[in-house]
Amino acid sequence: MTNPNPDALLETRGLTKRFGQFTANEGISVHIPRGQLTAIIGPNGAGKSTFFNMVSGAFAPSEGAIWFDGRDITGLAQHRFAHLGIAKSFQVTNLFPDLSVLENVRVAVQALESGFDFWRPRASRRDWIEKAERLLERVGLQDKRRFRAVRLSHGEQRALEMAVALAADPKLLLLDEPTAGMSPEETRSIMDLILALAQERTVALVEHKMKLIMGVSDSIVVLHQGRLLAQGSPDDIRANEEVRRVYLGKGAH
Amino acid sequence: MNLLSALTPAATRHRVLLSIAVLALFPLLMPFHALAINILLFGLFGAGYNLTFGYTGKLSFGHAAFYGTGAYGCGILIATHQVPWPVAIAVGMALGGLVALLIGALAIRTRGIYFAMVTLALAQCVYFAAFHATSLTGGDNGLRGVNLPALQLGSWRLDLLQPLNRYYFMLGFVAVAIWVLSRILNSPFGAVLEAIRENEQRARASGFDVERTKLLSFVISGLFCGLAGALSAINLATVGIDMLSYHTSGQVMMVTLLGGMGTFFGPFIGAGTFLAMEHALTAVTERWQLIVGLMFIGLVLFFPKGIWGSLLARIDR
Repeated sequence: MTNPNPDALLETRGLTKRFGQFTANEGISVHIPRGQLTAIIGPNGAGKSTFFNMVSGAFAPSEGAIWFDGRDITGLAQHRFAHLGIAKSFQVTNLFPDLSVLENVRVAVQALESGFDFWRPRASRRDWIEKAERLLERVGLQDKRRFRAVRLSHGEQRALEMAVALAADPKLLLLDEPTAGMSPEETRSIMDLILALAQERTVALVEHKMKLIMGVSDSIVVLHQGRLLAQGSPDDIRANEEVRRVYLGKGAH
Repeated sequence: MNLLSALTPAATRHRVLLSIAVLALFPLLMPFHALAINILLFGLFGAGYNLTFGYTGKLSFGHAAFYGTGAYGCGILIATHQVPWPVAIAVGMALGGLVALLIGALAIRTRGIYFAMVTLALAQCVYFAAFHATSLTGGDNGLRGVNLPALQLGSWRLDLLQPLNRYYFMLGFVAVAIWVLSRILNSPFGAVLEAIRENEQRARASGFDVERTKLLSFVISGLFCGLAGALSAINLATVGIDMLSYHTSGQVMMVTLLGGMGTFFGPFIGAGTFLAMEHALTAVTERWQLIVGLMFIGLVLFFPKGIWGSLLARIDR
């Protein structure tokens, strides 16, 4: 089987995940178009996080296939996904709490190259440090580089999370509720960052705040009760009767 | 305090030299040289254990297996096969690493308390195997005759029955070991260990092969512990079965925690404190472990970073 859709950077076919008797995702076939911003939405329990966990390699699918950049990557070990160019920032802040802000990013930069170099001082790789510093500047944390990650505010930790995800220069950046728990100002600045990032690479994000994504996304995937309800442009989605009924309905009046 | 905290970065940079200097001066300040050697070697054991416990963040209850096989490997070669001591020590060390590879391969996928239990169970298998292989290990009676009375290099002779000489002979190995350990901790590989300790899931998502890294760190830890065991066999001229027992695994955990897990010099401080206390208290009471136990509880409750770790944290503030 080949990848029939060259416009899609990532494509899933009949992706299914079961946990015992419970089916969290069933037969999801979607595509994440190259160079665009795709939003994955759906009510609580729709299976968004499960879906994200599968396409980032954290969960192996029970059935179905994942194609990335023209190759079938179903069932690869999770750490291979980062090497292929898929990076994920987590819904719950997921950092190296006791390491410095700089080291959090530096070690993630290192990850693509070397896990098994036992002898050289890690600081001898100036390029790793410089790249980490550039990324910190990008997310606005350069002044906090010496802080331990655990001492950052929630918004700053989310920004650091973004820098860590970017460390691998991913082709596909997956963001799981990047604005969760943020103040309106923090949300705005992180959305600006996301939009800037979406200019240069493919981004897919899970988001609850509908207003936030309707205006900016190129493509929207709607999940409902573990199944795909619809995929299309924001206008398609707004016009979709079924989506209105199960999801937009409440707020659309 | 300000002066001290200004000195910390320099001290960290030169931690190997400073550690060796302190260890070189130690027996001159310590009246009991035999005890000083025990502290030195148990400190090395702790430093090896710390790689798994303090730096990779995995609580192992099986490190006696690496220490003990290192001791038996080296001891048997010297006592019954008259193998030259450098070879015997190298083999002891390698055996520590090999047993770590075997136990690690089975245990490394389990986490938390399960990892502790699996390592404990597998180490007990090694204990009972050694216990019953009496023709090889001497079983319950222990292995005797691990004699290395002197070093002979041409006409130059170093009497190793003299405790101070023996101390500095051992320190030669310990110095190289902590230098190597420091390089490893400072390397990119050392960074991955810390990342795994801090957040395994994030490390995996960043692209690290977490399972392989953990196994490798376990094996390297086993090599250091095997070396400590091999040197102990020579130091004591005997190997007792208790070196493989779970008490020893518990003791090295305690020593590392006492000194400060994840600190470079902590295990030596911990070994010094623990063994000196044992030495002093056994002279007073048979129930010395009760006192040590109480102190240990107090320490874990009030100074979870251990003696050295708490001190460093104070200076750093």
